[in-house]
Amino acid sequence: MIKAILVFNNHGKPRLSKFYQYFDESLQQQIIKETFQLVSKRDDNVCNFLEGGSLIGGSDYKLIYRHYATLYFVFCVDSSESELGILDLIQVFVETLDKCFENVCELDLIFHADAVHHILSELVMGGMVLQTNMNDIMARIEEQNKLVKQEAGISAAPARAVSAVKSMNIPQQIKDIKLPDLPQAIKDFKF
Amino acid sequence: MALKKVKGNFFERMFDKNLTDLVRGIRNNKDNEAKYISTCIEEIKQELRQDNISVKCNAVAKLTYIQMLGYDISWAGFNIIEVMSSSRFTCKRIGYLAASQCFHPDSELLMLTTNMIRKDLNSQNQYDAGVALSGLSCFISPDLSRDLANDIMTLMSSTKPYLRMKAVLMMYKVFLRYPEALRPAFPKLKEKLEDPDPGVQSAAVNVICELARKNPKNYLPLAPIFFKLMTTSTNNWMLIKIIKLFGALTPLEPRLGKKLIEPLTNLIHSTSAMSLLYECINTVIAVLISISSGMPNHSASIQLCVQKLRILIEDSDQNLKYLGLLAMSKILKTHPKSVQAHKDLILACLDDKDESIRLRALDLLYGMVSKKNLMEIVKRLLGHMERAEGSAYRDELLYKVIEICAQSSYLYVTNFEWYLTVLVELIQLEAGSRHGRLIAEQLLDVAIRVPVVRQFAVNEMTNLLDTFTVSAQSNSMYEVLYAAAWIVGEFSGELEDAEKTLNILLRPRQLPGHIQGVYVQNVIKLFARLATTCLELQDLAGLIRLCDHVLDKLQHFNGSSDIEVQERANSACMLIEMLRTQLATSENAMDTTTTESGIPPLAIEIVQEMTLLFAGELIPVAPKAQRKVPLPDGLDLDEWINAPPPEDVASSSSSDHDKDELFVSSSQGGSGLGDGGGGGNGSGAKRRQSLELTPEQLERQRTARLMEQSNNPHYLKSTPSATSTSANADQYDNIDDIPITELPLDMEGVAALRVGITKRSDKYLQEQQAASSGKDGKKKHKKGKKSKKAKNKVAYNSSSESEGEPKPLHIVNTTLDMPEGVSLSDSEDKDGKYDPNDPHRALDIELDITDFEPQASKSTSKKSSSGKENLKVPADSAASSSTSKKDRKKDKDREGKREHKESKRERKSTAAAAAAVASQPVIDLIDADTPTPSPSHIAAPTTSNENNNTANVLPDGGKHHKKKKNKDKSREAIIDVTAQEEDNEPAAAGQAGQAGEPAASKSHKKKHKKDKSQRKEKKASASATASVSEYEQPLGISTPSKEIF
Repeated sequence: MIKAILVFNNHGKPRLSKFYQYFDESLQQQIIKETFQLVSKRDDNVCNFLEGGSLIGGSDYKLIYRHYATLYFVFCVDSSESELGILDLIQVFVETLDKCFENVCELDLIFHADAVHHILSELVMGGMVLQTNMNDIMARIEEQNKLVKQEAGISAAPARAVSAVKSMNIPQQIKDIKLPDLPQAIKDFKF
Repeated sequence: MALKKVKGNFFERMFDKNLTDLVRGIRNNKDNEAKYISTCIEEIKQELRQDNISVKCNAVAKLTYIQMLGYDISWAGFNIIEVMSSSRFTCKRIGYLAASQCFHPDSELLMLTTNMIRKDLNSQNQYDAGVALSGLSCFISPDLSRDLANDIMTLMSSTKPYLRMKAVLMMYKVFLRYPEALRPAFPKLKEKLEDPDPGVQSAAVNVICELARKNPKNYLPLAPIFFKLMTTSTNNWMLIKIIKLFGALTPLEPRLGKKLIEPLTNLIHSTSAMSLLYECINTVIAVLISISSGMPNHSASIQLCVQKLRILIEDSDQNLKYLGLLAMSKILKTHPKSVQAHKDLILACLDDKDESIRLRALDLLYGMVSKKNLMEIVKRLLGHMERAEGSAYRDELLYKVIEICAQSSYLYVTNFEWYLTVLVELIQLEAGSRHGRLIAEQLLDVAIRVPVVRQFAVNEMTNLLDTFTVSAQSNSMYEVLYAAAWIVGEFSGELEDAEKTLNILLRPRQLPGHIQGVYVQNVIKLFARLATTCLELQDLAGLIRLCDHVLDKLQHFNGSSDIEVQERANSACMLIEMLRTQLATSENAMDTTTTESGIPPLAIEIVQEMTLLFAGELIPVAPKAQRKVPLPDGLDLDEWINAPPPEDVASSSSSDHDKDELFVSSSQGGSGLGDGGGGGNGSGAKRRQSLELTPEQLERQRTARLMEQSNNPHYLKSTPSATSTSANADQYDNIDDIPITELPLDMEGVAALRVGITKRSDKYLQEQQAASSGKDGKKKHKKGKKSKKAKNKVAYNSSSESEGEPKPLHIVNTTLDMPEGVSLSDSEDKDGKYDPNDPHRALDIELDITDFEPQASKSTSKKSSSGKENLKVPADSAASSSTSKKDRKKDKDREGKREHKESKRERKSTAAAAAAVASQPVIDLIDADTPTPSPSHIAAPTTSNENNNTANVLPDGGKHHKKKKNKDKSREAIIDVTAQEEDNEPAAAGQAGQAGEPAASKSHKKKHKKDKSQRKEKKASASATASVSEYEQPLGISTPSKEIF
């Protein structure tokens, strides 16, 4: 069984937390913090398993994690799961995210936490692995997205327009305008 | 006015924050995040008051995000349920997600959800049901499990594989909360093992593995099906699960293990997937453990495993290395020899940079030590401890050092002076360790059980008492003082300078009460010993000085705030004062009295009595001795000794009062023995009284103890002339060749080493090495001689091996204190293992699985009908009143506590009782439990179940069908409109006065892409700012270790 799935960044900010056993919110935050402290002090070239912290688990539980760029994906599992299997599952999860978000980065997870949850729910259900075949997972997700789009219909149009307005981040866009670099000669110019 | 309100509302709602806005807002308000979020929560509360479902939906989506940041959102539970009940999939999904994040089995709101969830489960849209199942799996409660079990079971035979798969997994959660569902659902679950869809198959395997992990014996009959699956399937994920399951089953059925070995070894040879290989090795190990005897050719399999594991450990991939070590430790338990061959590899892992790997290597070390290399290994570990930074790892090291030394009563420790030195060094490392108590136990154990090392021990302990400083940190290391004080007191006979030790103990220090108490107690022991020496020397003046000195110092503890210390100090003072008064009389009448020494005979007697108090050897008490003492007849431990006090407040206050009087006044001395807390007046008279009383009590105690000792056959009686070294001599009588060596204690050498750089314990290692090199020289010589003679090389090798091992310098005493007629080998009671909260205990249900061995069919129609009624239970109880629910709960609790074997009979009675109370058809569980299950009997529940369900489903299904038709129509309409709308969209956006971006979601995406491309350019010009671009790094999924899927 998987007890919890946590995703947080290099600074310990949670990006996704899914607990398959009930903990109240403050305990959840403590667990995330503790897990982050355990995981973050490890080098990248050490093994991906470590004994669970004091809050979550006990001797039967292990933390299995992978570190991708700025994000840690941590699974807390008990001894009925295969360690290497879970590592591969994390890989499948991240690859699925990559397909859904087209070249996924942390920003995608920040702004679409709900979508990430929906994707995860196609992989793991109630702490048990549901599906490991990426094509099947993608098919399910796409069908559900289609359903959502159908439902959106007209009613969503004004909302979409508004959110388009809101997402107009004008100062940022001005910043984003690219000016050609001044020729090096001007910089080097000596008076 | 109303129009205005509506209009205003509409526009407000249009500009409500959506999830993206919330996230962006939080990111823009990093400095006062909490404040920003609290304003957002206020807004959300506003939105939740609206009637519009999509507004609510938006609010709940935001709440889900806020929940992740650690805010409690359970106050919105009702709104979440509202959103869950929306007919739109989008809203439903958001609702169930929020529910899965914040509901839990004890949420009271869940009562409201039963019918809604049932509707969703039976929905025509498979994703509605799918989302409901996913959400339900996170928060399902016992009540929900009971009420929905039938619906979920129906889904298990749905036509859609997606739903079948989810329903199968869901059933496991149902079983956990509602164990009664397991029996009727099991045949169906078994069916799913052979489902045409691989996903469903895998899910069923998964569920049965989870079930079998806790109660494996109930699932043994399924082994043939799993065996077939294992040999035919190519799904590695499922194979791993099956192989793991076999690992749990083989200990119960050795024949299965024998059958498994061959296909597993084949898999080991053939598979390229490391994960599968690893699990195969694990299960082969489990098989080999279960059939450790009887199979001649299994050494080949062990060799194969160990070889493969060696390859894993040598791999550069740290994960494989870790797992390799993990599996090795399993082999170690039964086949230590084959692991020891790879000692080099494991010792190398001790120096690995990865802590997890070092810890695993430490586990293995346990089996790697021998008499020869123990000192060296411990030296390495001590070195590690000095360098290790994390206190957890240090603690682990400390524990391991003690574990490997103490294993099988110090089998590998040859020199206990070395071991004591190591322990002292561990103490001095000041690791902030929590193993202080453990070290203290070790010190005591060694000092008690190794008589020859006591002299060394008392001196070490004196030093420790002298130098150890109790730091303010809350570490437990001060516990060692407890042991140290006890050792110097108990074995004071071995002390060279007892007076110095006495003074160290008398020093006023800040110590925890229980340790200070031991200090005081051992002061008396030391005092008795010193007084005896004074008697022997006829040194009256010395005795008086000693008494005065100790009395003076003990006064400090008379007023201690710790009751234990106070009491001990007071009784010690009384004893010594008694002696002192006797001495005083003789002092006054010095010139006239007759005894040549000047010591009055009464004083001599007192001192002798005192020494007798502490005479006699203490031996360790066997761990289970207390439990073996039989309960005397007529003693009821649960009975009140006194009737419970009627009023708590009054009694507690009065007892407080008593206490105050007793102990505050006691600083004047003597009230402990006085007749119960009188006034402070007449203390002289009291003292007089106590003077008379104490010797009597002492005498009584002494005779009682002597009686007890003489009656106890396990008590080692010491002959009066025996010194502590020869006290155990009779033990060694029959073993002539055990050398009771004189202590090779070179005090100068020790002192020199203490100053030097090397550790003190290293000295012993050097000594040993020197000794062994000398032996090697001899051995070579011998070899020269022997090799000519010896033809049987094997025999020679073994003898040389044993020769190579250093001989133990010290002998461990293994006598244990036990009540009469009890042996140590008695097995532990298994009751201790049970965890009353473990849900799997209730799942320990014997299932009527058809065995591959055909069984006589004895089914009757009565049985099958009873099966039907059994299945009706959930449905009936769904409609039952809350009182009957309570009854059921109680019933379940009782069942959980029961022993499995008794369950059948007891279930009858409790079920009958429950029926009598609630008049419900719970009864028929009895018949379902009939001892001879038969295929037809199993078939009956399934069919009846289906009937039941179809009956339940039909009316609903009919409604849905109609609804669906309507929906379809409307959907078609919507699709048409959306098609039009999509064309209009740019225009609409334009109307809103903004240029460019066509649709919200797309625009966001684009922006990201822009950012990304920009980042790349920035990188090229090497001017990227870290804080922003950090989030935008692609996750770079490069590691292609996907071998399973």
